[in-house]
Parts: sequence; C-alpha cells; structure tokens
Amino acid sequence: MTRTARRTRRPLPHAAGAAAALLALSACSSGSGSSAKPDSSGPGKLSGEVTVFAAASLKESFTTLGEQFEKEHPGTKVTFSFGGSDSLAASITGGAPADVFASASPRTMRIVTDAGDASGTPAAFVRNELEIATLPGNPGKISSLQDLTEAGRKVVLCDKEVPCGAAAQKALAASRLELTPVSYEQDVKAAITKVELKEADAAVVYKTDVRAAGDKVEGVEFPESADAVNDYPIALLKDARNAEAAKAFIALVRSADGQKVLTGAGFLKP
Amino acid sequence: MTLPTDKPRAAAGTLRGGPRRRRVRTGVPLPLLIPALLGLAFLIVPLIALLVRTPWHSLPTQLTSPDVWQALRLSLICATLATGVSLVIGVPLAWLLARVDFPGRGLVRALVTLPLVLPPVVGGVALLMALGRNGIVGQWLDSWFGITLPFTTAGVVIAEAFVAMPFLVISVEGTLRAADPRYEEAAATLGASRFTAFRRVTLPLIAPGIAAGAVLAWARALGEFGATITFAGNFPGRTQTMPLAVYLALQSDPEAAIALSLVLLAVSIAVLAGLRDRWMSAG
Repeated sequence: MTRTARRTRRPLPHAAGAAAALLALSACSSGSGSSAKPDSSGPGKLSGEVTVFAAASLKESFTTLGEQFEKEHPGTKVTFSFGGSDSLAASITGGAPADVFASASPRTMRIVTDAGDASGTPAAFVRNELEIATLPGNPGKISSLQDLTEAGRKVVLCDKEVPCGAAAQKALAASRLELTPVSYEQDVKAAITKVELKEADAAVVYKTDVRAAGDKVEGVEFPESADAVNDYPIALLKDARNAEAAKAFIALVRSADGQKVLTGAGFLKP
Repeated sequence: MTLPTDKPRAAAGTLRGGPRRRRVRTGVPLPLLIPALLGLAFLIVPLIALLVRTPWHSLPTQLTSPDVWQALRLSLICATLATGVSLVIGVPLAWLLARVDFPGRGLVRALVTLPLVLPPVVGGVALLMALGRNGIVGQWLDSWFGITLPFTTAGVVIAEAFVAMPFLVISVEGTLRAADPRYEEAAATLGASRFTAFRRVTLPLIAPGIAAGAVLAWARALGEFGATITFAGNFPGRTQTMPLAVYLALQSDPEAAIALSLVLLAVSIAVLAGLRDRWMSAG
C-alpha cells in the first residue's frame, strides 16, 4: 500500500522540474523586456534596455554610439543584434523583441514597414559606398572592377539576397561586367573575412568594412560604386517596449555627434 | 518502405531472440505521461507547422525550378561522398579504438567524438585554419599541388565528413565492443593474418553496426550547414547544398524556404523510415 503510493508519487518532482525548465525557457524569450520599463524616478529620465537590430556593416560605429548613449543616459543599456539586414527584417516580422531597426537598404526596411511593424516613417541616416577589398599590399594588382573578372581570381561577393550583394550586382550591371565569384557569402562581414583569412583574393564590400578591418585588407575604390550607393534607413519599431529610449537612440544616430562617428567610419552623409 | 511485410519480420525477430518483457499496461503515472506528451509535441509540432504553412499551390513551380534540383543533387552527392570518406577512415579508427589498447586511448576517444558537440560553425573555422589556402596544412597543399579546398565541392565533402564521421565511429566502436573478439582469435589460430581476420571475420560480424553508423552519418551530412557555409562557402551548383539554399531563401522568399525545407524533411524521413527496420534496429 505505502509502497505503491510512494512509487506513483516519485516522478512528481521530476515533472515539476520539467515544468520549471519549460517555464524558464519560455521566460527567456520575453524576460529581457521586463527590465525595459521606463524608470519613474524623474520625468524625461531614460532607463532600461534598448534593443537595436542593425545591419552587420554598422557594427563598429553603432557599438561606439551605444557606449556613448549609455554614458549620456546612465541606467540605460543598449543591446545590439548585428546581422544581414534581410535576416534581421525576417526576425522582426517574425516577432523578435526589437526596439529599433537600422537596415542597410530601403528594400529590407520595406519588409518591415510592409508588415506594419514600424512606427512612423523610416529615415535615411547614412549612405554607404562599395569598395574592393584585397590583401594588404594588393599583390594581385587589382585596380578596377574589371580586374576582378580575370580568370583565376578568387573573388567573393555577398549573396544577391543581402544588400551588399544587391549593390555589387548593380555596380556590375552598370559597368556591363560578368563576374563569377567563388562564393556568395551570407553577409558583408563573412565576405571580407574570407579576404582577411587570405582564402579569397578580393571581395566587393562596403567602404566602411574595409576601414573597419584596418590593415588586414586594402581598399580599392572603383568609379562604378557611384551607381550602387546604399541608403541606410532607421526606424522605431511598433512593438518597442522602450520607445522613449529607442527614440533617443535614433536621435543620437541622426545628431551631429552621431553623424561624426558614422562618417568617421567611412559612411557618407545622406 | 513496404511496411506490411517489414513489420511482421521485425516482430518475429523480437519474439525469437528478444528478452521477454512483462506487460505492464495499467497505471502510466500522469506526472510521467504529461511531460512525455509535451516532449513529443515539442519535437513534432514544428514539423507539422512546416506542413501547415507549406505553400501547396506554388509547390510544383518551386520544386521544379532547376536551382532546387541542383542544390538537392549536390546535397545527395556530397552526403554520400562524405559517408564514403567516413567509412574508409572511420571504420579503421573505430577498430583501433575498440581493439588496440594504447596509452591515451580514452583521450583519443574523447577527441574523436568532439565534433559531435562542437558547434558546426566552429568546425568550419577550424577546417579553414587547417585546410584553407592559408591554413597550416592547406598552404602546403596549395604551394605543392595547387590544391585549394575552400569554395570547392571537395570542401563541402570534407566539412560534412568532419561533422558526420564521429557518428559512424561511435556506432562502429560500440558494435565492435559488443562483438566477441574470440572469433578473430580463432581465425588467427587458424592462420589468418590480422588484416584477413578483420576483413573476413570482423567486418561481416559488425556489418549491421557499420550500416547503422553510415545511415546516421549520411543523414547528419545531409543536414550539415554551419561547417559547410564557413569552410566551403556558397556557390550554386558547386557548394550550395540544400540547407544553405534554405537559409538564403529565407532572407527574401520564405515560401521558397519552406518548400525547400519540406524536400529535405521528406528525404530525411524517407531515409530513416526506409532503413530503420532493416539496419538501425539491428545495430
């Protein structure tokens, strides 16, 4: 009697543990938002977490701006998710908890605005130009886009689905060049990394990425890049849990201070 | 695949050789049943969701596009080649681990299984550092033989084999440990060399385990993404396997991504279901 009772009761703690684990799991996805409530300690005082989804090419400058923002508004925390603009847009329309979206092309921003996930109209805050990234010292003597089409050159491009790839295709089309790369990389950072690792001879990437890579690559400008300048729009998202701080972050990005950081990274003014 | 004929055979097998189990039909405790069903739902609902959201009306056009077949064909070829590579070097490795007592065997075994738990993308980075054009081995391959592996189909095979081979090694090693070494010893006393004994006695003995391991490795290779995109890159027809095509399609055309996923799901199910009764249960 007592034995059977004990036997049936035994699994309970395990079940409770499993339930707790499930609860913890589900809490993970939404839990970060609970800290994002605006502090009521004073009017206009910002606090909490701002989650910014930004194009991979913005990584360096936005990280700097995030630190600046946290310093200007003690008690705030800026969290970034950098990646290909398209996958970020897909995450946002899929319900990712983001407050701000900064995309590398108007097309990817439209994915978010079309889904009704943006609040207000996105504004272009910088523009980016393409450049050829080659190995330091330019051992392949690459001086133009045409040089990349020579046989035997290992060139990587971004995939056509991501903005840097779309821009590269535009530049190639404008100059009527056929270029067969060895790989279509999933984002601009992956493309330039293949050059940094010396696996590829050249990559067509943004000027800003060449600058961010420092002396690990050398940049070669080409005139056709003028035909493929990308506008970067930024928008507040409708489901932002910390809209006040998110607006302040966008304001910082668009301010003279923010523009200085961005142009310092190689971006052009819109 | 011919389920009606396969099932009785499997059932007969358990009746003949399997241990007899007492039937406990009453009293599945609720605290076990509920989490168990939750677990089942957790694994199956996402797959059902894929079916529910499949754009059936546009599926024929999605699936007959040459890009899809190109990616699927490449996936099948590369997974098969990777399984072949794993068999050629993995089975002897498993034999070494199971039959030869050498110092540090435990450590070697742990290292062999490392790719199982390593994030595949880390595996891809490691492969780049080793076999890339500038890698510690790859630079010599490049300067001596002019061979570069990144961005080639061979690179895909290598990336897949790196991730999939541990499945084979573990499976074969387990079977070898379960197999009685006295058969090999008997063969040796009858004058067979150690290699002949391996080839004529051990291999047939552990064939089911090898087959099970090969199926697992093949399935793992087919789904490999991280190491492939990191090491081999992404070029249609050369290095773009199905998982890569799915990932990049998701960036702009979710419907295409769902359709591609469905194909991969169907292939995986077909393989596991078709081979399960014959090989997996025997291993």
